[in-house]
Amino acid sequence: MTDQDLCIENVTKTFGGFAAVDDLTLTIPDGSFFALLGASGCGKTTTLRMVAGLEEPTAGRIMLGGLDITRMRPYKRPVNTVFQSYALFPHMNVADNVAFGLRRKGENRADTRRKVAEMLDLVQLGQYGTRRPAQLSGGQQQRVALARALVNQPEVLLLDEPLGALDLKLRRQMQIELKRIQTEVGITFVHVTHDQEEAMTMADTVAVMQAGRIEQLGAPAEMYEFPASAFVANFLGQSNLIKAEVTGQADGHVTVDAHGNRLAVPSARCRVTSGAALLGVRPEKLHLADDLDAVPSGHAAVRGVITDASFTGVSTQYLVRAPWGSELTVFVPNSGIANPALPGAEVAVHWSPAHSFLVGS
Amino acid sequence: MAALLPTASGTPAAATEIPVEPPAGMRRRRWIPYALLAPGLLWLGVFFVFPVFQLAMASLWDPSGSIETGYTFAWSFSNYADAWEMFHVQFLRSLWYALITTVICVALGYPLAYAIAIKGGRWKNLMLVGVIAPFFTSYLVRTYSWKAILSDSGPVVDFLKWLHILPPDGRLLATEFAVIAGLVYNFLPFMVLPLYASLDKLDVRLLEAARDLYHGPVRSFFRVTLPLSMPGVLAGTLLTFIPAAGDYVNAQLLGGPNTQMIGSVIQSRFLVVNDYPIASALSVMLMLTILVLVMIYVRVFGTEEVV
Ligand SMILES: Nc1ncnc2c1ncn2[C@@H]1O[C@H](COP(=O)(O)OP(=O)(O)OP(=O)(O)O)[C@@H](O)[C@H]1O
Ligand SMILES: [Mg+2]
Repeated sequence: MTDQDLCIENVTKTFGGFAAVDDLTLTIPDGSFFALLGASGCGKTTTLRMVAGLEEPTAGRIMLGGLDITRMRPYKRPVNTVFQSYALFPHMNVADNVAFGLRRKGENRADTRRKVAEMLDLVQLGQYGTRRPAQLSGGQQQRVALARALVNQPEVLLLDEPLGALDLKLRRQMQIELKRIQTEVGITFVHVTHDQEEAMTMADTVAVMQAGRIEQLGAPAEMYEFPASAFVANFLGQSNLIKAEVTGQADGHVTVDAHGNRLAVPSARCRVTSGAALLGVRPEKLHLADDLDAVPSGHAAVRGVITDASFTGVSTQYLVRAPWGSELTVFVPNSGIANPALPGAEVAVHWSPAHSFLVGS
Repeated sequence: MAALLPTASGTPAAATEIPVEPPAGMRRRRWIPYALLAPGLLWLGVFFVFPVFQLAMASLWDPSGSIETGYTFAWSFSNYADAWEMFHVQFLRSLWYALITTVICVALGYPLAYAIAIKGGRWKNLMLVGVIAPFFTSYLVRTYSWKAILSDSGPVVDFLKWLHILPPDGRLLATEFAVIAGLVYNFLPFMVLPLYASLDKLDVRLLEAARDLYHGPVRSFFRVTLPLSMPGVLAGTLLTFIPAAGDYVNAQLLGGPNTQMIGSVIQSRFLVVNDYPIASALSVMLMLTILVLVMIYVRVFGTEEVV
């Protein structure tokens, strides 16, 4: 932790009694790519606005580079925002929009023009400099908003769903570009997104937010493999969560009873060790076998009936109804081996206990 | 089967006709825009085009005629030269007063409209009613009450004398100050309302974006707020300047001989002196001058976008 980090310390923001951000504490390391994930209305935009200075925290403080910027005017902060609503200036053309911040920073004309042109090329809008925002498509406007903030090379760039309006192909391209710029220039990126895949592929650190608080924070793989709660387990990727009751602990395992099935989870992968819990396994870590006898030794297994099979190209997604009524999702990779499991077939669903995790219910 | 044949053979012919002729529904609707325009056009024709034509004719009547003896049309363009000769002082003064009035109205109206639109919050509507409230009383009555307020023994004069701002024999009535104050008072709402309309539409998120991009409040104002409210400024200045230039009530009630405006000259030429040709020539001149000024103004300051 250096003192160039962006530190949000015990920040609360209430709107008429309703806490949009609730005692949030976060350290975003200098030069890192930080993704903020969360359901709609959980306080992501509000958090960014407080960092940008457009909203004043009700309590707590925000530090940047060892400096308390909580009450610093937004136009004095080395922070720029890509707004969720774009907020492009309708009376200026695209190039003037992008040059807006540079002009004020006292950049000379030739430099400004060159940087604006480079930035427009980067977002693939090189030909659109003289257009008005109203003459652009939603995705093009979004890219102008991105260029307008990025061109200033601030210490911290706040991106509020900056790729939401783009098609998949352009989105992937822009993700790669953003990541490249971020590593090249070393700007701290705080990237708000609804797209968990985007968050995981781009970010060094992912934070999942819920109701104004951070639910879990960590490296993407770490969080994906061992989520802290049922909410995170479902928000980052898909999870099969089975209701279970902890029955005991023995040699490095926690044993649970799930609808009459005795299952074990390594203690290191348990967030709770007593009472009611949820046993989770990712769909791609579940396997199908014809019956319980075919299950590899050491694997946990439950029986079920296939209710649906859908081919998605990369894999086949099966829904398997467990004896207690709920359905488990199983992804079977399409590795070329014939997989003739059909709806109606009785199967055994099995997994390695090392791939399961236990969270509080 | 046989009964169907004629229909079948007729179909290709009908099919080729369809693209040529628009569907019946569209054909029927084509006259609707004209029907909607008709009452307005008729009104303008009877009460605007015809009187203006009549006025233009009258401005070219033989000036030797009179109401009693009747006038004859004589292409006497000399009426215009005579009118200018006699009244160019009042003519230029009117444009000057209108200009000052417009400038003061912008200076007073812009902050007011800004306060109502941006900072008004829940008081917005009440403040707007405040701006419109004077219209509930007649223009004439309001101007008369200004006459009372500014009168020689009135409270304002007394107070200014007490402060030694006015000399003991000083007065406000019959001065330029009184006329322009009256004009500003009467035309301020015409400035405030269009300004309010354009400022109210302003997306505050744009101001946030400007602040985020290193622009303080003053710079944000000049680079974002003001340019985006230009349509309102344009409309407001036109709605103030045009009627102010032709106004005669304020000059008549609050002014004196040295503050006479062209409106009162025209009024007295028509109704007191009964000099129709000169009065008409002045009216046409005023109309054309304003038209040309407005065209230049809109050409220079007009924004092509309708924000
Ligand atoms: N100015 C405001 N006044 C009152 N409530 C507000 C205000 N701004 C935000 N809120 C509330 O605060 C909560 C968080 O809002 P925020 O905009 O931060 O959500 P978000 O996480 O960005 O959601 P989304 O993903 O939909 O953009 C919401 O419940 C919202 O209704
Ligand atoms: Mg948001």
